[in-house]
Amino acid sequence: MSYLITHAPHVRDRASVPLMMQLVLIALLPAAAAGVYFFGLRALGLVATCVITAVITEYLICRIMKKESTIMDGSAAVTGLLLALCVTPSLPYFAAILGTIFAIAIGKLLFGGLGYNIFNPALVGRAFLAAAFPVHMTSWMAPLASRGVEAISSATPLALMKFEHQATSYWDLFFGRVGGCIGETSALLLLLGGLFLVGMKIINWRIPASYLGTVAALGWIFWMVDPAKYPDPLFHLLAGGLMLGAWFMATDLVTSPLTPRGMWIFGIGAGLLVVVIRLFSGLPEGVMYSILIMNAFVPLINRYTRPRILGHKK
Amino acid sequence: MARFFAMRTFRQGIHPRYKKEATHDKAIRELHPVKRVIIPLHQHTGATCQPLVKVGDEVFEGQKIGDTSKFISAPVHASISGKVTKIDRLPHPCGTEILSVVIEAGQIVESSKLKVESRDPESIAPEEIRKTVREAGIVGLGGAAFPTHVKLTPPEGKKIDTLLVNGCECEPYITADYRTMLEKPEHVVSGAILAAKAVGAEKIIIGIEDNKPDAVERMKSVARKQKPGLVEVVKLETKYPQGGEKMLVKAALKREVPSKGLPLDVGVVVVNVGTAVAVDEAVRTGAPLIKRVVTVAGSGIKKPGNLNVRIGTTFQDVINECGGLTEDAFKIVMGGPMMGVAQSSLEVPVVKATSCILVLTRREAVEEKVYPCVKCAKCVEHCPMYLVPSRLSAFAENGKYGEFEEWGGQDCIECGGCAYVCPAKIPIVHWVKFAKFKLGKMK
Repeated sequence: MSYLITHAPHVRDRASVPLMMQLVLIALLPAAAAGVYFFGLRALGLVATCVITAVITEYLICRIMKKESTIMDGSAAVTGLLLALCVTPSLPYFAAILGTIFAIAIGKLLFGGLGYNIFNPALVGRAFLAAAFPVHMTSWMAPLASRGVEAISSATPLALMKFEHQATSYWDLFFGRVGGCIGETSALLLLLGGLFLVGMKIINWRIPASYLGTVAALGWIFWMVDPAKYPDPLFHLLAGGLMLGAWFMATDLVTSPLTPRGMWIFGIGAGLLVVVIRLFSGLPEGVMYSILIMNAFVPLINRYTRPRILGHKK
Repeated sequence: MARFFAMRTFRQGIHPRYKKEATHDKAIRELHPVKRVIIPLHQHTGATCQPLVKVGDEVFEGQKIGDTSKFISAPVHASISGKVTKIDRLPHPCGTEILSVVIEAGQIVESSKLKVESRDPESIAPEEIRKTVREAGIVGLGGAAFPTHVKLTPPEGKKIDTLLVNGCECEPYITADYRTMLEKPEHVVSGAILAAKAVGAEKIIIGIEDNKPDAVERMKSVARKQKPGLVEVVKLETKYPQGGEKMLVKAALKREVPSKGLPLDVGVVVVNVGTAVAVDEAVRTGAPLIKRVVTVAGSGIKKPGNLNVRIGTTFQDVINECGGLTEDAFKIVMGGPMMGVAQSSLEVPVVKATSCILVLTRREAVEEKVYPCVKCAKCVEHCPMYLVPSRLSAFAENGKYGEFEEWGGQDCIECGGCAYVCPAKIPIVHWVKFAKFKLGKMK
């Protein structure tokens, strides 16, 4: 009789990487479903295209590099879905495919695959699309237009606010009856998905709390200074990609800090960048760049925010 | 919420499933003397003993058969009467081969030959307590097996104010200390009083996790009979590794043991409940440490229980007494599931550090697929030492020992909480132990 010899501990928690990825996919489903509801089958087609392209790309690259396929860990599907949720519903399919290939090949596998990438792969893909297809990436569809409902506007609430000083109803923002990317319409459904992940202990609450808190606080200061010129903090929170970014992109485990203090710094930094870009740059939205820029600082943040070890001097 | 504020504990740590139900109501029973024992000459932290007997010698139960002049060590004793049949390097449950004395039982059990030197616990002097404890070969019975007489000898100039008795037993499955507290509470307290006397502590605190409310009550009822204010029983949150010395000192006294330091640096000496009972017995009856309570548990055991086992009894003999192994028994562990050592054979002896023999089945002992670290920070969130385990593990894996030390790798207490929570199933604590071992070799 031979017995199994492995090192301690001999019991393990149930949480595993594939399970975590599955839960992230589940948490994104309501927002994805809302995208399909508001923008029609085209949104469904884009979601399917991105997810399938992501998985196939990862499979093929693993084959070419003669490595064990990593598609079953679920992370490629998550990247594909996240990318689909942050593109415009009118994006051509070939652009979506190119963006997904870029996200997986350059954003993730070039760095060494899951766990080694510095930047959020989905946002790398989106940045590629924004640079390569600037016109496509800024043509918006009105919600429910495909069902014959009269179009309210074909621009996003942030662009309307920035360039035409036109406000959007908070209820429309909350439930998602607004123009925008496929997955960033309904603040409510994104919030529910994010809270689900916090409850399941997949993501840490510190990043969304500090990120959203900073945007609200800074937005409030500017609004107090000149309410005619700057939008109010609630608008900042509900409009654009902030909810999607705060709960699903900034909290990406691989590309966010390890330490509690580091998470606060990361969230606050990203929050400052969002408000600055939204109010003072040529772009209406700054969530993508705020997260990508903070991703670059993560190794540095980890190094300088190490917790005080028990028994070391305070 | 009241519970939240009332309960003393440390920060972070984990909540594994405790699985103590199988043995917590099993009273400690005596294991019949066996025909053959294997007594390793190294069963403690510190120097190995030299054998005091040779092959062919007749020895009697309780006779000292190994000793050394080194301070940090503890003598070993024959646990049965009989004849020494072999002195050789034999498998030790810690995974190495250790010089051991094999004794086979003779016809007559001459336990009467044991030199009994009982003393009055009231009048015994601190120096005498230390001497008795050393001669009895007592070591920490919680699992670390640090020689107790060394603990009871605080260096010059270190004032000890509190003797902390560790009744946490935070490892899953194990109920040996719990049963000891239920069945021998008077001995725990009187052993603790002796230890406190040896180190000059005026106060005794017994720390017990709140998943053992009856043990808390039992210990409290005994503590009340003592001089008021001498013995305090403290209920602590059930959380792993609550029984780690540094965590226990922090939880019970809000003191932080300094890095690379010992509890005595903050005026505390910690002893396990089983150790306290051994100290009490050694002083009262002069009996050396030749038995210990072992929890035999896990779904691979037919009749789990708590046994008082002679040191040197093979795992096979103990398991036979517990109905044997089930068909699907697949992993044998000495100690608890968090820090225990997997065994390749049942021909290893119970040693002073054997708090538990745990047998897991094929279904429980699955080897899980290891993924790359996804930087989820669960290990950081749960590390009771506030380290960054995932980084330490990566440094160790890549041979970056300088950075490993800079990030505090040497402060790791090896509790295994990081590897328990890791969703990528990385053997984090193993890598950390590996780096510590490598650094130890370099120095």
